[in-house]
Amino acid sequence: MEKKSGAAAEYLAALSEGRFIIQRCNECSKHIFYPREFCPHCSSSSLLWEDAKGSGTVYSTTTVRRKPEAGGDYNVALIELVEGVRMMSTLRGMAPDEVKIGMAVKARIEEGSGLVVFERAGEAL
Amino acid sequence: MSPRDLRGKVAIVGVGTAGCGEAPGYSDIELLALAAKAAVTDAGLQMSDMDGLCTANLNAAMWPLSVVEYLKLRPKFTEGTNIGGSSFVAHLLPSMLALEAGICDAVLVCYGSAQRSAPFSRKDVQRARGLLDPSPFEAPYAPFNPPSSYALIAARHMYQYGTTRRHLAEVAVAARRWAQLNPDAFARDPLTIDEVLKARMISDPFSKYDCCLVTDGAAAFVMVRADRAKALPNKPVYVLGNATAVWHRNVSGMDDLTVTPSKESGERAFAMAGMTVRDIDVVQTYDAFSINTILALEDLGFCKKGEGGPFVEDGGIAPGGKLPVNTNGGGLSCVHPNMYGAFATIEAVRQLRGDCGERQVQGAKIALVNGNGGVCAASQSTAILGSAEVL
Repeated sequence: MEKKSGAAAEYLAALSEGRFIIQRCNECSKHIFYPREFCPHCSSSSLLWEDAKGSGTVYSTTTVRRKPEAGGDYNVALIELVEGVRMMSTLRGMAPDEVKIGMAVKARIEEGSGLVVFERAGEAL
Repeated sequence: MSPRDLRGKVAIVGVGTAGCGEAPGYSDIELLALAAKAAVTDAGLQMSDMDGLCTANLNAAMWPLSVVEYLKLRPKFTEGTNIGGSSFVAHLLPSMLALEAGICDAVLVCYGSAQRSAPFSRKDVQRARGLLDPSPFEAPYAPFNPPSSYALIAARHMYQYGTTRRHLAEVAVAARRWAQLNPDAFARDPLTIDEVLKARMISDPFSKYDCCLVTDGAAAFVMVRADRAKALPNKPVYVLGNATAVWHRNVSGMDDLTVTPSKESGERAFAMAGMTVRDIDVVQTYDAFSINTILALEDLGFCKKGEGGPFVEDGGIAPGGKLPVNTNGGGLSCVHPNMYGAFATIEAVRQLRGDCGERQVQGAKIALVNGNGGVCAASQSTAILGSAEVL
């Protein structure tokens, strides 16, 4: 095999080092998420890793209901990144039912979980 | 050869169900066997006549092996494709090809699940699936699937088209009103729009009544070539069209949350049957969640995209409404043991045979079945079935 690991492991390794990266196709220039071994748009194997810009909007959102003793309600959202790809994540720093579709959000890597999570972006964005 | 050449060449000649609702003490394979026996008997055939088999189960990757052994079959045609609950609708076209090519002479499509009474919990199943079939880019965020993925779809549909929770509740109430006409339905208590809206929330915008039942149950049906069907005891129900579309696995992998694979499977199934929505007398569509019915009505062309909410308003799909949909009560109120596709097919057959008693759609000659699979409308299969008059 050409590489030490598949694209998914490369993505997770970068996350564990504090970098949120996404792939871009060197042939058709489209961004790709989740990470793949070749471009799903044009089949090129020439994929580059880029730092994600980290900004996007809420494409859809749901409040998952859970008993308070199990941790209470929480948010699950689909985020459309400015690069044009969509990912599942969750909104932090606000009540789950305050998350609205179309809201501008920015990414951070959460300490502890190591996950990419999002917060509401400032008005400037 | 084109799909059109297969139109009406195969008929469903026997149907059977078993253990629908609660069947404590029974296993998946036992329920399946009871439904299979009932379907073969209904067809006027013997189990030893079944030389084709289609089956799938959510918990066993090599499920056809278990079924072949239990039923002591020696199939010349085995189809174990598992694309979720749509599988048993998607099994129609491969069966037609096998029958028409003379590979086999009678196909048994069968399914059984003791999901409700199983001795293990939903958490046990999720843990096992997470290990064997991981979803690494969604699972860390703990969507409560399948409700959460369909909830994300519903939320987007509401945002784009102004669909309301009241529209979703109309679907649940219509299903319940049909179930009240079906003595075999599991949930038959009266249900109002307000009760749906005020019920315990599961994953917004869904309350518990927007989510399908969790029941036990088994379903089976038998297919033979049309020439042979005429000699069998039941009124044959012909397969006029069938097409399957598989688009994604995860909700984050959908191009547009508001458009489902039925858009493609419906167009191809209608083309094969040479028909349009105007020809359809009765619809059986897989209602895993209330939003599914609205999406299916739009994507199949019964109304325009975004108009599914208004379409179901004021009892639009309830008994006495403008289009009879899910006349058994559907997955929301009749039966839902993990995968519902075979049950939807059987209700369509029963309607076309005129066996539906109080819920019978008078004069029904053409039925549409729409199967749904996966946690987010991942796969869908559409079938057009008809009685002899429309061949």
